[in-house]
Amino acid sequence: MIDFSRNHFQLFGLPERFRFDTAVLDRAYQGLQGEVHPDRYATAGETEQRLALQASARVNEAYRTLKEPVARAQYLLSLHGVNAVDETDTRLPFDFLERQLERREAASDAADSGDTAALEQILDEVRTEARALESRVASLLDDGGAWDAARGPVRELRFLTKVVADVDAMLARVEG
Amino acid sequence: MALLQISEPDAPVPREHRLAVGIDLGTTNSLVATVRNRIPVVLPDENGHPLLPSIVRYGERSVDVGYAAQAMQARDPRNTIVSVKRMMGRGLADLPDARRFPYRFIDEPGMVKLGTRAGVKSPVEISAEILRALRIRAEAVLAGKLAGAVVTVPAYFDEAQRQATKDAAKLAGLNVLRLLNEPTAAAIAYGLDNGSEGTYAIYDLGGGTFDISILKLTRGVFEVLATNGDSALGGDDFDHRVHCWGLEVAGLPPLSPEDTRALMVKAREAKENLTLHSSAPINATLSEGTKVELVLTAETFTAITAHLVTKTLGPVKRALRDAGLTPADIHGVVMVGGATRMPQIQKAVAEFFGQPPLNNLDPDQVVALGAAIQANVLAGNRAAGDDWLLLDVIPLSLGLETMGGLSEKIVPRNSTIPITRAQEFTTYKDGQTAIAIHVVQGEREKVADCRSLARFELRGIPPMPAGAARVKVTFQVDADGLLSVSAREQTSGVEAAIVVQPSYGLSDSEIARMLQESIAHATDDIAARAIAEAQVEADQLVAATRVALAADGDLLDPPARRAIDDAIAEVVRLRDGSDNAALLAAIDALNRATGEFAAQRMDRGVARALTGRSIDALT
Repeated sequence: MIDFSRNHFQLFGLPERFRFDTAVLDRAYQGLQGEVHPDRYATAGETEQRLALQASARVNEAYRTLKEPVARAQYLLSLHGVNAVDETDTRLPFDFLERQLERREAASDAADSGDTAALEQILDEVRTEARALESRVASLLDDGGAWDAARGPVRELRFLTKVVADVDAMLARVEG
Repeated sequence: MALLQISEPDAPVPREHRLAVGIDLGTTNSLVATVRNRIPVVLPDENGHPLLPSIVRYGERSVDVGYAAQAMQARDPRNTIVSVKRMMGRGLADLPDARRFPYRFIDEPGMVKLGTRAGVKSPVEISAEILRALRIRAEAVLAGKLAGAVVTVPAYFDEAQRQATKDAAKLAGLNVLRLLNEPTAAAIAYGLDNGSEGTYAIYDLGGGTFDISILKLTRGVFEVLATNGDSALGGDDFDHRVHCWGLEVAGLPPLSPEDTRALMVKAREAKENLTLHSSAPINATLSEGTKVELVLTAETFTAITAHLVTKTLGPVKRALRDAGLTPADIHGVVMVGGATRMPQIQKAVAEFFGQPPLNNLDPDQVVALGAAIQANVLAGNRAAGDDWLLLDVIPLSLGLETMGGLSEKIVPRNSTIPITRAQEFTTYKDGQTAIAIHVVQGEREKVADCRSLARFELRGIPPMPAGAARVKVTFQVDADGLLSVSAREQTSGVEAAIVVQPSYGLSDSEIARMLQESIAHATDDIAARAIAEAQVEADQLVAATRVALAADGDLLDPPARRAIDDAIAEVVRLRDGSDNAALLAAIDALNRATGEFAAQRMDRGVARALTGRSIDALT
């Protein structure tokens, strides 16, 4: 059975870093699912089926966490006892917030006038900004082990993924 | 893994090949397929027809399914149910096109029901008639009882629609090995056939549902990246457009149910004709003697259905966006479903993706063929080279209602299944001893815009100050895409867990009752059937355990080995006896005896997978 005490990195045999070879992660993930996926146990007894369901769900959760930059950063921080999104400290830089609010307004206007091209451009911009932020987070985490200093940028990155989701939902609405 | 590694003289011979089928339960037509000599084939009826029209007629004395029912649809429209798939898991309010149908709808909480000559029927019961006909067909052709079936569902089917489909299959006496998404089934048939790697879009327009799945195929792993669709859009809607056009052009008043059905059939024929011809006649004589003589040109047809074609492209764009891809990233577009034969669909898809779509497998059969391949492997007939794996996703987000009527998403759409997610909530009043939990599905922010799946209350929380209780709500979505939810108060140590009984689903006892009723009508003997089912289960479990012992028996110390051997011997001893309860108990005991062994084996498998990876990483 999957050893639930192993952390996500250990589960896939990866170094505990923000940056790693995603091809290695993908291969390890597929290898593990090949062993534990419920489809491998469709005619097995109930106990085995239940174990397979739990193990496979655990592998999926670990994979998703390491695959998504925000989740990966938060997870890596949590392994070092740092909570990036502590509810008592949700501060974000003023200019960052202002930029996102303007963006949201522009997106909302574009959605109201059914301008999908404008929405897609905004989506592109947010993604570009997220990528830049991601490399900053990567440097902080991997090169310096600056766990506390990384909290702010991780929160910003998290905020950006929410902006992406919002704009995406607007696009979906416009497209009907 | 071969099943023939061990043979014991006193044991039931493990069946070399377990009978397993794939079933495509379609809006318009249904099919059943199996794998024979490693090749998937559709099983035809006794007249050689591969398709079974998904039509059920409740006649004066009998229930007819398929062509017999189809022949009566214009004469007895109220008791002849077509397109029942559109009603699966839906309430009357969910059917904006309900007036299109001549049925006597009965609005009931959860799922709509239909009043027929044979009494009130739920869409689940009606679908079960279709599935039962396919099971009987398969058992006749294959000359044996089925070990299991994979039943396909539209990828965009929500929880209620999936649960309804699984209930229908159980009601039809099928052992459901897996619910499989239709586009994914098609991808299996395609991918394994063409041996190709890359990222594919599966565009599946059926009779009443539309799916788009974006899927990556690497090293024998089919990984669905994103799926989207519309579970109320399909070829039916094109027929309806032609029908409406006909009424308008011919200047006809609203028609009787009989004439509506008759004209709808002609509309469908015209649509099908336009696949190969530039115009099609629509000729019908209505009940009052009115003659309808029209000609529908391809141009007009394209014009009156343009909005339907466009309607499919929104989900395509969303799926691509969710997968983080653009049309240029797609290596091939696979067309599935009879409705993709329409030239305007082919053209629109080709334009959108900038490449001609793939049509080399029969769009009517490809889903059933893929399901058969999956069923064959799941049933344990895995042959060398069959170590491919399927990783699918849920189409719609699952969440909980929070303060202010908002939905808090717990499992986001396109999450790979199976998945388990937990979230903690707390009480907001001092001394609060119960908490109401409302489970919803959908992407919208407001609960009112999402589909309500279940409501339940967690009671027995010891009185605590507000905010002190910690209620952990756990969502688990299994490999069929079906959800169970449990809740537990953590701090008090009081375990008050509950598993959701969805309001739209049937309880096990309801299914058992319906099954009994249906069997009572048939010549089948309930007891004989129950014994046969237990025997199939016993054989499967014994065979699976023996394979496991042959592969990993070295993990067990002698007492553990003996316990399992004894449990096997007990199942084998009781298998051909008449005491069914004892056999079921022995099966249960064997299940329990192998629990620890199963865990050890999985551990070894995991270690093996990781070793394989390190070697990979080094080279």
